[in-house]
Amino acid sequence: MAAHAGGLRNTAKNTAKNTAKDTAEDTAGGRATVRIEGLVRSFGERRVLDGLDLSIATGEFVALLGRSGSGKSTLLRALARLDHDVAGSGVLTAPDHVSVVFQDARLLPWKRLLDNVVLGLDGPSAEQHGKDALAEVGLAGRERAWPVELSGGEQQRVSLVRSLVREPRLLLADEPFGALDALTRIRMHALLRRLCERHRPAVLLVTHDVDEAIALADRVVVLDRGRIAADLPVDLPAPRRHGSTAYAALRGRLLGHLGVELGETAP
Amino acid sequence: MSTTSTTSTTGTTGTTAFGTEEAPAADAPVTTARRARPGRGRKRLGPGRPVRYGWALGPLLLLAVWAAGSGLGLFDPRSLPAPWTVAGTAGDLVAEGRLQSHLATSAQRALLGLLFGVAAGLVLALVSGLSRLGEAVIDGPVQIKRAVPSLALIPLLILWFGIGETMKVVTIALGVFVPVYIHTHNGLRTIDNRYAELAETVRLGRWAFVRHVVLPGALPGFLLGMRFAVTGAWLALVVVEQVNATSGIGYMMELARTYGQTDVILVGLVVYGLLGLVSDALVRIVERRALSWRRTLAG
Ligand SMILES: Nc1ncnc2c1ncn2[C@@H]1O[C@H](COP(=O)(O)OP(=O)(O)OP(=O)(O)O)[C@@H](O)[C@H]1O
Ligand SMILES: [Mg+2]
Repeated sequence: MAAHAGGLRNTAKNTAKNTAKDTAEDTAGGRATVRIEGLVRSFGERRVLDGLDLSIATGEFVALLGRSGSGKSTLLRALARLDHDVAGSGVLTAPDHVSVVFQDARLLPWKRLLDNVVLGLDGPSAEQHGKDALAEVGLAGRERAWPVELSGGEQQRVSLVRSLVREPRLLLADEPFGALDALTRIRMHALLRRLCERHRPAVLLVTHDVDEAIALADRVVVLDRGRIAADLPVDLPAPRRHGSTAYAALRGRLLGHLGVELGETAP
Repeated sequence: MSTTSTTSTTGTTGTTAFGTEEAPAADAPVTTARRARPGRGRKRLGPGRPVRYGWALGPLLLLAVWAAGSGLGLFDPRSLPAPWTVAGTAGDLVAEGRLQSHLATSAQRALLGLLFGVAAGLVLALVSGLSRLGEAVIDGPVQIKRAVPSLALIPLLILWFGIGETMKVVTIALGVFVPVYIHTHNGLRTIDNRYAELAETVRLGRWAFVRHVVLPGALPGFLLGMRFAVTGAWLALVVVEQVNATSGIGYMMELARTYGQTDVILVGLVVYGLLGLVSDALVRIVERRALSWRRTLAG
């Protein structure tokens, strides 16, 4: 248990040298919500992040691709300041107001839905906001349900609501739809896009699904050997159809950066 | 249980929950009809729905065996009087007011011991669960105490506190705090670390973290500890009252032993048994209400 409690003890023993101040609205470098320079994170001898640079503009939606074990979660946890005992260095500027969507919905099983959504918020307006937000994702009337009574997709919707209802300036999502079936995924994509358009946070979405990245993001970056190996804008016309040549070209380039030759996937 | 027994006969025909099996056309209607009733055609491995009044079944059976044995003259009435004799004696004791006064004394001791024991166990578990330093200081001594039966401490406690009420309450409390500590502490340590991460990302303060995550997360462990604690309190009570007491159910039984009144001893035993059963049932009711968010085999 002391481990959890220790987890809340924030800075004192933090070996990672974050210079994580809440950035003033616009830093000198432009409208950046996140600025990372020369970020290093290592586990033992292994440098998982090795001088990584990345910045995310205000309201920008960035998808992060990378092979399994390339350090995507490590980067995300650094941004969320969850990497207390990890060795590292570098400059990392991120807002204090960060929300995280985990791969598992991570609802507290002993709290009813609404209490999960407004966890850590107070005031009567929070409750109302929570209710409205639940209604927004099609869970009106379920405020008093227990998390075990929900399907996986419903739980993930609640978790999305929980992170957006606190109007974060930065939304971090680590394979939030990884555990969902294809159909629910498509619905969740539409939902996420709608919610993001409404609340306009900067988003960093970790995924290993190239199509998901293209469908959602303004920009796709690929993490490889501890650095950003590719940084490609997604400027496709509005309905991003699988069939279009621009789509196929982008998809091919991304897969190439991930080490998958197109010949292997498309015969 | 009824569900399990009825389905076990049909379960062998191999209907799958997904309905992907290729049944011969002639069998098809039968298969569909069976599938239309929820959960049929598949042997259930969980224990199934609870039996109504199931908790009373075992004790009633025991009583029936006792009554039958006495009625048939299988038991020597001097060693084991019949249930009705015991009931009569209990009636007399109540009429004289002795049973109530002994019971009141015993209950007071048990409750005081329980109160102090639970409070101590809970506070120690929280301190040791929430800080590494606290754990280093507290956990070792508690484990040592755990290895020493509280009853073995009675001689020492008598020297320290005399033979009065204090000694009795302290003995009970010492027996009670160990299971409360152990199970609450275990509950605290097994809270998923992911919930602590979540608490950090929604920026809960330390106290809010304790209130929203730690305490509810440790509640199942604490309640389990409570179940051991209430039974333990009555057990410790028996001993302290038979060692050195001038009142209480245990004293009443001890006195009856010197006069060879087996029926009074049995009244005492039954009262102890009922107290244990009732207090365990109370904790279980609290458990069911407080943990309604859980869906386990216990239902
Ligand atoms: N707590 C830890 N201790 C030691 N090594 C770790 C730890 N966390 C991550 N690593 C290592 O760092 C590397 C990157 O892990 P990370 O979880 O960031 O990968 P990822 O890109 O998120 O992979 P995936 O797509 O499979 O989730 C892995 O090789 C992993 O073994
Ligand atoms: Mg990962």
